[in-house]
Amino acid sequence: MIGIINYGAGNIFSLTAALDRVGLTYGMINTAEEMDRYDRIIIPGVGHAGAAMNKLLESGLVPYIKDLRKPVLGICVGMQLLTEYSEEGDAEMLKLFPLKTLHFEAGIAGKVPHMGWNSVSVQANNPLFANIEDQTYFYFVHSYYIEYDTTFTAAKCEYGVPFSAAISRENFFGVQFHPEKSGKAGEQLLLNFSTIQVD
Amino acid sequence: MLAKRIIPCLDVKDGRTVKGVNFVDLRDAGDPVELAYEYSQQGADELVFLDITATHEGRKTTIDLVKAVARQVNIPFTIGGGINEISDADILLNAGADKISINSAAVRNPGLINQMAAAFGAQFVVVAVDTRSIEGQDFVHLSGGRIKTEINTLDWILEAQERGAGEVLLTSMDHDGTKNGFDNKFLKAVNDRIHIPLIASGGAGNQQHFVDVFQQANVDAALAASVFHYGEILIPDLKQTLRHNGIVVR
Repeated sequence: MIGIINYGAGNIFSLTAALDRVGLTYGMINTAEEMDRYDRIIIPGVGHAGAAMNKLLESGLVPYIKDLRKPVLGICVGMQLLTEYSEEGDAEMLKLFPLKTLHFEAGIAGKVPHMGWNSVSVQANNPLFANIEDQTYFYFVHSYYIEYDTTFTAAKCEYGVPFSAAISRENFFGVQFHPEKSGKAGEQLLLNFSTIQVD
Repeated sequence: MLAKRIIPCLDVKDGRTVKGVNFVDLRDAGDPVELAYEYSQQGADELVFLDITATHEGRKTTIDLVKAVARQVNIPFTIGGGINEISDADILLNAGADKISINSAAVRNPGLINQMAAAFGAQFVVVAVDTRSIEGQDFVHLSGGRIKTEINTLDWILEAQERGAGEVLLTSMDHDGTKNGFDNKFLKAVNDRIHIPLIASGGAGNQQHFVDVFQQANVDAALAASVFHYGEILIPDLKQTLRHNGIVVR
């Protein structure tokens, strides 16, 4: 069963609706004790990364999240929280990945926000992308991106610059796009996450 | 590459889909949730619901509709109409809407754009603009195109962008309902000046019109209603035509 970190960073109706559609059960995590009830964790998030990090710090859950050995999936700003730093709010993040979250420079990347469906190059054998074809389109809405990295990028996307559409490191996963809004491919990704096994 | 988006627009009143020809003479075109689901299955990239419900009781129906769409549809959607303050937007976002669209309310109170962008992020705020050309000049129109303002359309779009709009939905009232094609020239003039996504609206009658608007104006998305609702254009066929013309689509 999936636990959703409930730290007040945006509306999670769309996420829970998507989990309902694919038949996955879930509950909300408000306290550290509640983390034990679930075998995998989603960190949602929309809006401002610096503000989201402050809310997460206020929740008191940060040290417990960093110690997790269960599969964890950060979505959008929830993914950016996994990095070490974000230019949005000049903020320190969870530092679970040695990566930075940067702003798309207007003119280089095209229009900002990067909004709409873009195709991603999927890293071979990444369990998050099982049964999802390379170059599949996912729905993105963001002005900040996580830099591309040969080690930690699980799916690469291009928007003027190459960036991380997805990252993975041991039990930690993150996706910049919105699987809950990305049609069948997004629903497949949520199903994949529900069965991922980590050592 | 980022794909060009095809967006069916559903005009909704009291929980039912309607489409006005030139924004009058409403005709019933079905259940919005069913229609939305059908479009998502066909490959629509996004949906826009324009709510023209006037009554307070009707607004509750709209919120239920937004929830039903969010539950059943796996692509993003925008809801517009009747949003005059932050609390209106907040209710719709919590009901599962991905973006809200503001039109006349933003013209009457431009600070609303700043407030919405600050509260929810620029990506939630679509500013819809209805424009009409009068003796070679483009003017913003309000209330579904019925009321002319003295505001220059491009100036207003640039101001909306400056205030924090994340996207512009530009409807040419001269083209809307005509099925003679989008207002490509004006759309290009606007698109060349802004750095946020632009959705073209008004005038779609056949598949070539979509090819033209993407090739000539390079807009990010094209929106239409009746050609989709009455099955005159099927989205999979349209996408194939666009692909054949070298336009990147999903």
